[in-house]
Amino acid sequence: MSSMEKVLDQYSSKVYKNRKQHILEKADEVQQIAADVRTVPGIMTNRGCCYAGCKGVVLSPIKDAAVITHGPIGCGFYTWGTRRHKAKGDENTKNFLEYCFSTDMQEADIVFGGEKKLRQAIKEVVEIFDPATVVICSTCPVGLIGDDIHAVAAEAEKLYGRKVMAYSCEGYKGVSQSGGHHIASNGLIKHVIGTGDRVPKKYAVNVLGEYNIGGDGWEISRILKRIGYDIICSLPGDGSYVEIKSAHVADLNLVQCHRSINYVAEMMKEQYGTAWLKVNFIGVKGTIESLRNMAKFFGDEDLIAKTEEIIADELAAIMDDMEYYKTKLKGKTAALFVGGSRSHHYQGLLKELDMETILAGYEFGHRDDYEGREVIPTIKQDGDSKSIESIKVEKIPDKYKVYLSEDRYAKLKEEIGLESYEGMIKEMENGAIIVDDMNHFETEEFLKLLKPDVFFSGIKDKYVAQKGGILSRQLHSYDYSGPYAGFSGAVNFARDVTMGIYTPAWGYVKAPWKTEPTLEGQVAGGER
Amino acid sequence: MRQVAIYGKGGIGKSTTTQNLTAGLGEMGKNIMIVGCDPKADSTRLILGGLAQKSVLDTLREEGEDVELENILKRGAFNIRCVESGGPEPGVGCAGRGIITSINMLEQLGAYTDDLDYVFYDVLGDVVCGGFAMPIREGKAQEIYIVASGEMMALYAANNICKGVQKYASTGGTRLGGIICNSRKVDGERELLEAFAKELGSQLIYFVPRDNMVQRAEINKKTVIDFDPKAEQADAYRGLANAVDSNDMFVIPKPMPQERLESILMEHGILDI
Repeated sequence: MSSMEKVLDQYSSKVYKNRKQHILEKADEVQQIAADVRTVPGIMTNRGCCYAGCKGVVLSPIKDAAVITHGPIGCGFYTWGTRRHKAKGDENTKNFLEYCFSTDMQEADIVFGGEKKLRQAIKEVVEIFDPATVVICSTCPVGLIGDDIHAVAAEAEKLYGRKVMAYSCEGYKGVSQSGGHHIASNGLIKHVIGTGDRVPKKYAVNVLGEYNIGGDGWEISRILKRIGYDIICSLPGDGSYVEIKSAHVADLNLVQCHRSINYVAEMMKEQYGTAWLKVNFIGVKGTIESLRNMAKFFGDEDLIAKTEEIIADELAAIMDDMEYYKTKLKGKTAALFVGGSRSHHYQGLLKELDMETILAGYEFGHRDDYEGREVIPTIKQDGDSKSIESIKVEKIPDKYKVYLSEDRYAKLKEEIGLESYEGMIKEMENGAIIVDDMNHFETEEFLKLLKPDVFFSGIKDKYVAQKGGILSRQLHSYDYSGPYAGFSGAVNFARDVTMGIYTPAWGYVKAPWKTEPTLEGQVAGGER
Repeated sequence: MRQVAIYGKGGIGKSTTTQNLTAGLGEMGKNIMIVGCDPKADSTRLILGGLAQKSVLDTLREEGEDVELENILKRGAFNIRCVESGGPEPGVGCAGRGIITSINMLEQLGAYTDDLDYVFYDVLGDVVCGGFAMPIREGKAQEIYIVASGEMMALYAANNICKGVQKYASTGGTRLGGIICNSRKVDGERELLEAFAKELGSQLIYFVPRDNMVQRAEINKKTVIDFDPKAEQADAYRGLANAVDSNDMFVIPKPMPQERLESILMEHGILDI
């Protein structure tokens, strides 16, 4: 029996039927996986909610925006800085990432409606902080009592002479945080992108779906700036509302996290003609390939030469370190369970370190993130996916611009894969296991069966692995480390993993119940 | 202490019936509290002689922590204690949550004293959400009476309310005590309601005839027994009070499917109303 079968075999027939569609063993033939559907009730999933995806992930990192959580205090508090998306302000850009704004709804606000309190919160935020924009995100109770946050936003926008945006991202919407990414993307397209007028320089790009966790985005920007790119905006990591407004003037959109931000890239292609390129700045090879593809897109000899020069320079600085860590990590195995892109991104870097990925899965990825964008037309829409608004956009003629000629576009589309994403499965080795929406039971079982040297996941299952003696590294927040992106980031990553593997402290701890009974007594009626 | 909830379609006369019924019980010497569960806060007007009441939720909102029972509980005719839950203005917030908050508050404040013979909950409209079912949840009201008339929509609503009662009957122990007919002088009304109640497994506990005296008393902010104790209608309400006081038929209702309800209406030939 394969390890996949051993895990599934323990389920009741109903759960078995459901979960078996979410678990694959990589094989030669084209494989289909079930994803982005409801979790079986009662199963302990790692998934988050719609509000977490919209507010916590996509909107929170926008540093000059005051993001007000309209709801009881917990939702605001637990999305406050927990993702380690970093940002720096400057003399022209305020940074509100140290703050948490919430209307802190009380019982009386639920009964009598919370609009009054929301109005007051916006007033206070504007008067005290004077942010570039105010963002309102609603939580579950707001949806239940029907506060009209969009009307309040429209009224405040007139009153305070600045953009005030409302996002109806009640936690209960959809099946995971993925719906929230979509709602946030819709709002950015409707209200922000296209409203700025920055004049682009040569090689103007946007970095989309990079969240600057542990400073990843800063490392990527550093490299891009060395080569000579003009970064119009970073959306959203260390990004600002003021910069995002001008996103439409860029020549190319770079898509790092396909799952969360492909909506923006697709809609911008439609509205402004901006081509998009899937990049992966995790791993040395991934970074080099991404940089070369970008240079090819612009097709400028100087840029291509400069790209190679910087690659050589950056490589020279890290080669020795990478070689050293490779000797330490060779043959080690890894399991990855992260959100919707990182489980794929990190596999290349692990390979470079001579490590093997034996299991990978997404919390909230869709089938295209597993199987590639070519399956999108075949993805069946259900009631849950339809409950998340999908907006139709049209070409905006006066702002529409296409960088590539038709011929070059056709040629490059094939060569560098414009507007395409191959997904995770194709790059995985035969026999590796792929698990969608892996739950706590499956996590424990697979860890027992596969015994990976390191388990990359998040805070919700970190301690299960760690206390079981398996090294755990968080790929959502990088624990307290980072950056892991780009060239020097790869070294940081290799260093952290090496440190962990060679400090197997938890493996030495024996749980007390394994050596002594936790309860002593006699069976009543039994023989003495 | 008998805790009684009165439900029924909006505008059927729940508040009027409840207050006139409690007046009858009050006259018998019973100790009674009425808890109005309607955001409009007009369930105790006839007992108090006007809307002289501050609602629980208004008080809670304005006073914050310092809510005293005497601020929200007023005594009216026949020494009946009156409380209004209150709630948000139409179209905002959550009135259902308000009822939950307010009943919890009354319990905290010790409004449910041992000397009470009856607590009446006068609940607005249909059981639209969990909040409006509060009086029949968690075993608060053990007895439900539904006010209805021979009109089709009133019976639809009554049948629907029975679905709510049935749902909570198993967990909270609440039971249907009967249907009260607040007559609209529709042809064959009594027969129709008797058939309807029987189908539910319950009874038509009382038939309150239509009389302008009710409106006259209402204009004077009084119950009929208070306004004109000798009136024929006052005796009708005394009859209702007696019927409720001596009622011993409490059932888990069996709400009927739409088709059955319509066929009962057809049988009694009032579909043209």
